[in-house]
Amino acid sequence: MSAIAERAPAPAAPPASRRRPGVGAIYRWELRKLRAQKRTFLGFGMAVIVPIIFIVALELQKGGPNDVPFGRYVRETGLAIPPVLLIFGSIWLFPLIVALVAGDIVANEDGNGTLKTILTRSVDRHQVFVAKTLAAITYALAALLLFAGVGLLLGGVRYGLHPLTSLSGTRIETGRALELMAAALGAYLLPVIAVAAIALLLSTVTRNSAAAIVGALMISLLMQLVGIISGLAAIKPYLLSTQFDAWQGLLREPADWAPVVRAAWVCALYAAPAFLAGLAVFVRRDVAGG
Amino acid sequence: MSEAAGHPIEARGLVKRYGHVTAVDHVDLTVEAGCVYGYLGPNGAGKTTSLRMLLGLIRPDEGVARLFGRDPLQEGAAALDGVAGFVEAPRFYPYLTGRRNLELMAALDGGDAGDRIDGALETVDLADRQTDKVKGYSHGMKQRLGIAAALLRAPRLLLLDEPTTGLDPAGMRDMRQLVRRLADEGMTVLLSSHLMGEVEELCDRVAIVRSGRVIYEGALDALLKSTGQRYRLRTTDDERAFAICRAQPGVQEVLGAGDGLTFAADQERAVADLSVALVEAGVAITALVPAAASLEELFFRLTEGDGLPAQNGDRPAPAPEGAAAASREASR
Repeated sequence: MSAIAERAPAPAAPPASRRRPGVGAIYRWELRKLRAQKRTFLGFGMAVIVPIIFIVALELQKGGPNDVPFGRYVRETGLAIPPVLLIFGSIWLFPLIVALVAGDIVANEDGNGTLKTILTRSVDRHQVFVAKTLAAITYALAALLLFAGVGLLLGGVRYGLHPLTSLSGTRIETGRALELMAAALGAYLLPVIAVAAIALLLSTVTRNSAAAIVGALMISLLMQLVGIISGLAAIKPYLLSTQFDAWQGLLREPADWAPVVRAAWVCALYAAPAFLAGLAVFVRRDVAGG
Repeated sequence: MSEAAGHPIEARGLVKRYGHVTAVDHVDLTVEAGCVYGYLGPNGAGKTTSLRMLLGLIRPDEGVARLFGRDPLQEGAAALDGVAGFVEAPRFYPYLTGRRNLELMAALDGGDAGDRIDGALETVDLADRQTDKVKGYSHGMKQRLGIAAALLRAPRLLLLDEPTTGLDPAGMRDMRQLVRRLADEGMTVLLSSHLMGEVEELCDRVAIVRSGRVIYEGALDALLKSTGQRYRLRTTDDERAFAICRAQPGVQEVLGAGDGLTFAADQERAVADLSVALVEAGVAITALVPAAASLEELFFRLTEGDGLPAQNGDRPAPAPEGAAAASREASR
């Protein structure tokens, strides 16, 4: 830093109406930060490896997962692979993949002390929180597309993309099945967003990545557990874990929209309060770390 | 509110408590434009907590802080227009390069901040290392990157929390030169530090804090003059000179100083009388020179002792509530 004094730029008065960055600018940088972190690729790696393991397992054993929807068709068409993966993924894999980033995205900045760095620039706290939420959802969507895409690709290569037998027993042509698959992923994204919102809240409140990730996963597993207790069957339709199955209604003929509609508002009931609580805490909290 | 309507920094009655501990206790601060203001105190005195409140990072339990007349808690990021700096060590994303970090900061600053990246990197001599990830940077390099990140905002007010901590002597010198240069060009600087030499070299005014309270606020010159004049004396017989000094009217605080002794005297007449008394006693004077009290000496007296006697000009703040304000009024 020799002779830095001679090179220092003169302080300039900022323009009276300084153009402030919006949520979009923060969001783009949140995505860049995610791309630069190993944790992100750990989640993506899981989303890629699990379909590969599934296909390898199918090749190594004769029987199939006949006890799950579409399980009996996995060797008949690659179109049956993604639905079966979604069912397996809903138990703990996707909650974990989502929590891995959503539970870390605020707490990590707390731990590194970079929260104070970005909160002393020209962006407001609510913008930062919204951008982080959008980035976490974008990551979850990317992981979901990767998960289903790799399953479809490998299944298609190995077993071909033949027409799919719907849950109603009817035959769905390949093109139509792919459209329905995309819609099913959209429905699957609803509880994924709710898990992300819960993980974000925990990340903001606990200021600890590990606690937020494990906490979000535990909440997901707790709901799975409650869902299998027969005495609590009455609340099962309103558990987050149940909403991970809502997409199956779209693979019936005619399509059963009721579980999807219910998933939309039930997931909103989980996601909205968690998001608003996280936002309220983030906007008002003391940034004393780092 | 217009930026011209307020001082660069104006804090009134700031209080922050953590449980039973009062980290910041009714702090008042006014930093005038163009001033290099030293915020001085031992570790744990509440300096960093005060800076965090000024930047809106933490909420005061009582009081209000305004930057150029704008309250960060009320106006959010808009209140930080023209303001930059860092609290404690500057922190960056370790997995991004130095340049990427600055690009991120510039994106979050908006306007033409991105155009200043190259200049800022040159200024802090990090242009050659801009493509290295920050996790490989030394502490000093991170400090310099912190300055570069601040310069992107073309600030008129710079808040620096112990910016030379951890730097080598050359780095400390360069950092101080940079601060001096920025101040000479009109930037207002709040420098939190516990390094006396740094504050003495750079600052026009100081606030000294102890246990969360401002115990002195005023011009640095006034503080240095506030204890009365001290003198350094060397003689052919320091032992007898010591006894003569102790007995001489108007001469106080006689201390042995290894190769001589020091004493305080408010009146030059008392010094003249002492020199006559020494000669009459057969003690020859080899040196008798004024010795200004150092800021360090005053600092320890203020932060560890009972404070300074009230003098003309600025003075120690006697009580937490309104103390600093009273001190300022006394100086005007």
